[in-house]
Amino acid sequence: MPLETTESKTTEMTVNLGPQHPATHGVLRLVLDLNGETVVKCTPHVGYLHRGIEKIGETKTYTAALPLTDRLDYVSSMTNNVAYSLAVERLFGIEAPPRAKYIRTIMSEMSRISSHILWIATHALDIGAMTVFLYSFREREKLLDLFEMTCGARLTVAYPRIGGVRCDVGPEFLRQLRDFTDEFPRRVREYETLIDQNRIWLQRTKGIGFLSAEDAINWGVTGPTLRGSGPCYDVRKDRPYDAYADVDFDVPVGAAGDLYDRYRCRMEELLQSNRIIRQCLDKLPDGPILAPDAPDLALPYDAPKKKIFETSLDHASIAFSHERDFFPAGEIYSAIEAPKGELGFYIISDGNTRPYRMRVRSPSFIHVSVLPKLCEGHLVADVIANIGTIDVVLGECDR
Amino acid sequence: MDPMEIALQLQTAFPDEVRKIDEFRGQVSVTVRKNRIRDIMSRLWAEPEYYFDFLEDLCGADYLGKKEPRFEVVYNLHSMKHSHKIRIRAEVSETDCFIDSVTTVWAGANWHERECYDLFGIQFIGHPDHRRILLPEDWEGHPLRKDYPVKSDLGEHEWPGFKAVVETSKRNRRYEVR
Repeated sequence: MPLETTESKTTEMTVNLGPQHPATHGVLRLVLDLNGETVVKCTPHVGYLHRGIEKIGETKTYTAALPLTDRLDYVSSMTNNVAYSLAVERLFGIEAPPRAKYIRTIMSEMSRISSHILWIATHALDIGAMTVFLYSFREREKLLDLFEMTCGARLTVAYPRIGGVRCDVGPEFLRQLRDFTDEFPRRVREYETLIDQNRIWLQRTKGIGFLSAEDAINWGVTGPTLRGSGPCYDVRKDRPYDAYADVDFDVPVGAAGDLYDRYRCRMEELLQSNRIIRQCLDKLPDGPILAPDAPDLALPYDAPKKKIFETSLDHASIAFSHERDFFPAGEIYSAIEAPKGELGFYIISDGNTRPYRMRVRSPSFIHVSVLPKLCEGHLVADVIANIGTIDVVLGECDR
Repeated sequence: MDPMEIALQLQTAFPDEVRKIDEFRGQVSVTVRKNRIRDIMSRLWAEPEYYFDFLEDLCGADYLGKKEPRFEVVYNLHSMKHSHKIRIRAEVSETDCFIDSVTTVWAGANWHERECYDLFGIQFIGHPDHRRILLPEDWEGHPLRKDYPVKSDLGEHEWPGFKAVVETSKRNRRYEVR
């Protein structure tokens, strides 16, 4: 008897990934339409961490809004603070003293290293390499200890201030940081021996998550995610801020635009950041750490003490005890190169003590919007790898 | 190219559209009417001398009681090739609260426009996926508008999702360890 062949019917299946899923790095929800193992349609849903930081920022004074920025990209809060401080400095027309600029550069790069280390740890864990996680957290711990030594906090630091930094770094900090930079390149090589030639790693990263240079720019992708596709756009080189004009460093770029190239870019950036920190340590100038006209919560240097104690306990009068006109009306867009990409602040001032509008251009928000483009037409297993490669922090995405 | 030069050239190309050119701390912003925003943006993107291939940021702003028209949609543009910048501000009034979408020029505008709709209530004509993004679909109001309260007791108008959470927590209170 001949076998009866029935035509098999395939129907698409909808799978919900997240928001509580360990590989989504926070609370990201993806609705995936699957045809077998192939993703037909991918719809990201964000907003689970929306705290209205832009709205709250409008109700706070310029100095009081600074700790809000810690809560954006909470794995590298130093760079968020620097981005906000720089934007307000540019709006007010004040400039941080050289020592503060160098300290901020050092802190930004330490932040970049700790963020990239966390990225390589979790990304490798997501696609099956557990060991890197344990090794890289050893170095991240050291950096967080150094942050704690300087400002008492490990994650939400609120250390850079408008017009400088909160407090000076001590000799013990500098000594330990130098020891760290001596050792760190060897550690990076150690991570590379774990995964760089690993066959499984190569198969899961090479040729996956392709993004062409034109598409990447058109979608507004920035940071290592963009540079992995080829364009050499880095705000530190393009419009140098703080001490980046004085130090020598390279911007690594990829060619293929796949997961592996982005991974290589970030690994090279670890070494370049280390190089920047070393140069800053060598050149670190002496002097004040806060601009004399800085509207800081710390008492300004040249403020007559008596006058401050006589004023009422109103925040604004303590923070702005100068007679100088601080609040020009105008608008400014100012961006820095955060570990994830270009972090911009667009501030509209109407001449009041509070920002009229505080807009955060967060790289993660844009990067999540590219996910459908990366995932559609590929296997469902690669979705997790793609979430890892765009390096998102949902606190920054949802604001 | 000097951004001021681009702004002046834009004014000659679109004399009826450009309302005002401002400069503050070296950043040039051009205020335009909203009617031909897509033409203006396409020109800024396509002209080889400008070549603004990168939409850095798109956001809304609310000037309630400060100026008319009430809203502005702000585009911060950057050119990767020439490394110059310009800011375009399109005026949107409260009665005609819509503007053309620029997703055909920059694909990255997609989520920015959704966010602007979500938080300001400005509609984007021709947007491929016009939905709320950060807030739930059944949320009432647009929080970044200046007449939206920062903190208040909404009572009956509270978002149903939040009311459900409060109810559950009240029910679960009997399991508390005393």
